[in-house]
Amino acid sequence: MTGQFDMVLIGVGGQGIGLLSETLARAAAAAGIRVLAVDTHGLAQRGGTVLSHLRLGNVARSPLVRANSADCVIGLEIHEALRAGRDYLRKGGLLAWVETSLQPLAVRLGKESAVDGEALGRFCVDRSFRPLRVETPGLEDSRMENMVILGRLVGAGEIPGIGLQHVESALGDLLPGKLLEENLRLLRAAAASG
Amino acid sequence: MKKLGEVLLQEEPFTELVLGNTAVVRGMAEAGVGVATSYPGSPTPEIATAILSIPVESRPFYFEFSVNEKVATEVACGASLNGRLSCVFFKSVGLNVAADSLVQLSLMELAGGMVVVLGDDPGANSSQNEQDNRHFARMAALPVLEPADPGEAYLLFLEAARQARARRMAVILRLTTHVCHAKGLVGFGRLERRAVDNTPRFDPLLGPYIPITSTVFPLKRKALEKLAAFGEWSDSPGLNPVFDHGNRKRGIITAGLPALSVLDVLEGVAGKPDVLKLGVVHPLPAKTVRAFLESHEEVRVLEELDDEIERSVKVLAYDAGLSVRVAGKAGVEDWLGEYTPDKVEGILRAAWPDLFRASPESEPVAPAPALSPRPPQMCPGCGHRSAFYAIAKALPKDAITVADIGCHTLGFLPPYSMGQVLLSMGHSTGTGSGLALFNTTRPVVAFLGDSTFFHAGLPGIVNALFNRHNLTLVIMENGTTAMTGHQDHPGTGQNTLGPAEAIPVKRVLEGLGVENIREVDTYSQAKLTGMVREAITEEGFKVIIARHPCMLKMTREARRKPGFVPRRVRILQETCEKIHECVESFACPTFQKAKDGTVTVSPELCIGDGSCIQVCPVKAIEPETEAGGKKP
Repeated sequence: MTGQFDMVLIGVGGQGIGLLSETLARAAAAAGIRVLAVDTHGLAQRGGTVLSHLRLGNVARSPLVRANSADCVIGLEIHEALRAGRDYLRKGGLLAWVETSLQPLAVRLGKESAVDGEALGRFCVDRSFRPLRVETPGLEDSRMENMVILGRLVGAGEIPGIGLQHVESALGDLLPGKLLEENLRLLRAAAASG
Repeated sequence: MKKLGEVLLQEEPFTELVLGNTAVVRGMAEAGVGVATSYPGSPTPEIATAILSIPVESRPFYFEFSVNEKVATEVACGASLNGRLSCVFFKSVGLNVAADSLVQLSLMELAGGMVVVLGDDPGANSSQNEQDNRHFARMAALPVLEPADPGEAYLLFLEAARQARARRMAVILRLTTHVCHAKGLVGFGRLERRAVDNTPRFDPLLGPYIPITSTVFPLKRKALEKLAAFGEWSDSPGLNPVFDHGNRKRGIITAGLPALSVLDVLEGVAGKPDVLKLGVVHPLPAKTVRAFLESHEEVRVLEELDDEIERSVKVLAYDAGLSVRVAGKAGVEDWLGEYTPDKVEGILRAAWPDLFRASPESEPVAPAPALSPRPPQMCPGCGHRSAFYAIAKALPKDAITVADIGCHTLGFLPPYSMGQVLLSMGHSTGTGSGLALFNTTRPVVAFLGDSTFFHAGLPGIVNALFNRHNLTLVIMENGTTAMTGHQDHPGTGQNTLGPAEAIPVKRVLEGLGVENIREVDTYSQAKLTGMVREAITEEGFKVIIARHPCMLKMTREARRKPGFVPRRVRILQETCEKIHECVESFACPTFQKAKDGTVTVSPELCIGDGSCIQVCPVKAIEPETEAGGKKP
C-alpha cells in the first residue's frame, strides 16, 4: 500500500476491541505494512468506552489518530460507533458498525435517548461518511462480533493491503486451537458474504 | 498460537509486534536484571503480565508484587546492594508512596545498579492526578531517560541498565501511558543465558550506607558528582537526535510521545522548525542543547505536563548569555492533558500563526445526536454494586461517605453516589477520622479495598484505634487487585511464584485489636443494610467486611473450563410493572430500557449471577433456564 490509512476501533469494555486491534495490527505486519497502534483507554474499562488507534503506512510517527482524519472507524456498538465517528472520521471515510446496542447509563436513567441504526445512518449522510451496517443474527457468542465485522471489511477489500490470509495468520498467533477454529469460521463466512 | 513467555525468551535476535511495556521486559532479560519488583497500577501492569507469562522455572529473574511501591523500591534497592541489577516499576502516583525511600537512593552506592521504571499518566487516563515525576527525579538527584515508542523503551531500558550498573546508581526510565500501551514492531537483540549466582555480595565497605548528620554531606557530594558525570554522558551521540529541516530561525525542543506529535503535525508544513528530541531529560544534555540554541533565533520547548525542560533550557541560555529567544508554556491549558498531535497543533498555531494554513478546514460540521461519555462502571454481578445499593438504604441523606482507590471508587457515580471524597490509596480511614471530629450528627462511612488494605490502609486503621475515632469502615473484599487486572495480594493465598500463605483481612484486624467487626457476603443485601444501620449508631471504630469474589475474574475463569454453560436472568414481562428499580437504582448495565419503558436483559452482558432478583419489588426477575421456564 502507499500513503497512510488510519483507523479507530471502538466498543464497550468486554466486547473484544483488544483482540480486534491486535489482530489488525498483526495482519498489517504479516502483510509487510508498517503499523503503529495504541489502546487509548487507561485502566481496564469495566464496561466503559474502549478505544484503539491503528495507523497503517510509512508516514505516521505518533500512534495517535487526529480528530476528523481517520479513514475508517469500526464500532462494535451503536452509541460508541457514533462517538468515534463524530470525533475521528474524516469526510468520505467509512463508518462500520455492529448493530448492537448497550445503553449508556444516561440512557438507562432516562436522561438521554438511545441511538439506533437509523439515527446513525442519518448521521453518516449528514457527515458524508460511507456507512457499513453489520448485523449478526444467530451469533452464539456475542464476543465474536468482532470477527464478523472484520471479515466483512476484509472481504470487501476495505482495508488496503490486508487480505484474508493476513488476518488468518494474525489470528493464528493469537488464539489457541478450538477458539481459533471458531473465529476463523466466522471470519471466513463473513468475508465471503462481504 | 504464539506464547508470549516463549517469544520473550528466544535466544536469537528477533522482531515482534509488542507493547512498550512488553518491550521493557525483553530489555530486562537481555540486560541481566536479577530482581524485579512492582505494585500493580496502570499504565505499567502489562510489564508484570509479560513477566508472568514466563513460567516460574524459566523466568530469567526473580519477580514479586510487593505490598506497595515503597516496599517494592526497598526490595529492589536491597537486591542492588547485594550486587544484583534490579528493577522496580510502578505507576505515576506510586512514586508518592515510594518517595521516602526513593529520595535516598542517590546516596547509596548501588553495587548492582537499579532501574526505576515509572509509568507517568499525562491525561490522567487511570490516575487521580497527572503529576509530573520529573520533579521527583530532580529532588532525588536521579537521571531520567524518556523513550517515545516501544522500540525506544527497549533500547533506553538497556542503556539505563548499562549506566546504572557501571555507575552503581539508580536510573529512571520514564514512560507515559501511551508509550506503555503503544504497539509497534521492535527488533530485539540476543539473550544470553546466565548461570544463577547465589553468592551474597553486600559489602558495607562500599558505603557508608548510613546517612546521618555529617555523613550525609560526603554522600550528597558523591550523588551530585555522579549526576554531573551522567550529564556529561547524556550528550553521547544518538541519544538526543536532531531532525534538521534546515531552519536556522526556529527550533523546537521536545521529548517522548510529544516529540512524535510534533513530527506528525509538521508533516507537509512549509518552513518546518528544526526539532531536537531529547532522550535524556534530566540532567539536560547541556552541549547538545546549547548547540541547538546557538544555531536558532527562536526556540520553543514543547513538553507535556510541567515545564521541567523549559526551565532548564532557560537557565542554560541565561547562564551562557545566549541571545536566542526561548519560549515554553503560555497559559494554564498548556499544563493540562496529553500532548496529542491535535493539542500540539493548537499550541504551535498560537505560537507561530504563519506556520500553518490560515485556519483548519472551516467547513461547518453537521451536529451529532446527544451522547454523554461512557465511563467505566461496575461489571454485571459485581459485589460492590450490591454493597452500594444496600448501604445506600441504611444511610441518612446527610451521611458522609469516603471513597478509596479500586473498582469500588466507581460507586461515586450515579445512581449510587457512594463516596464523596478521594485522596489516595488507603486514605479513607484517615480522612474519615478527620471528618468524624467535631461531628456528632452525620455518620461517617469509609470504603477500602482488600489490596489497598495491605498497601496503605493499615496505618489509618491503627490510627483510628489508637486515637479512638468514631467511624464505620467498610472493607470491600473481592479477593483480588481487580481494577489493574486481577493481581494477587497478601490476602489471596497466591504470589508470583505460586501458592502462598494467605493473610486474612479479618485476622489482621483482630490482631490489631479491632473489636467491632461484622462480616457479610454483599449479595445478602438486606443483611448488609441491617449491619450498616446498626454500626453507624455504635460508638468507636467499626469494621464491616463486605465480601464477594470479583465476578469478572470468576466468570472469565469459568468460561475457560470445559462444559461451561452461560447463565442469565430474564424479565417476566407479564409481572413487570415498569417500576425500573433494576434499571435506575440497582443499575446493572445488563438492563436495557426500551422507549415504552419495557425492560429487557442484554444477553451480551448478563452473567446470571442473580444479585438483581432481590431488588425487584414485584419479583419480575428470575433465573433463565434452558427450557425457558423457572428453575425447579
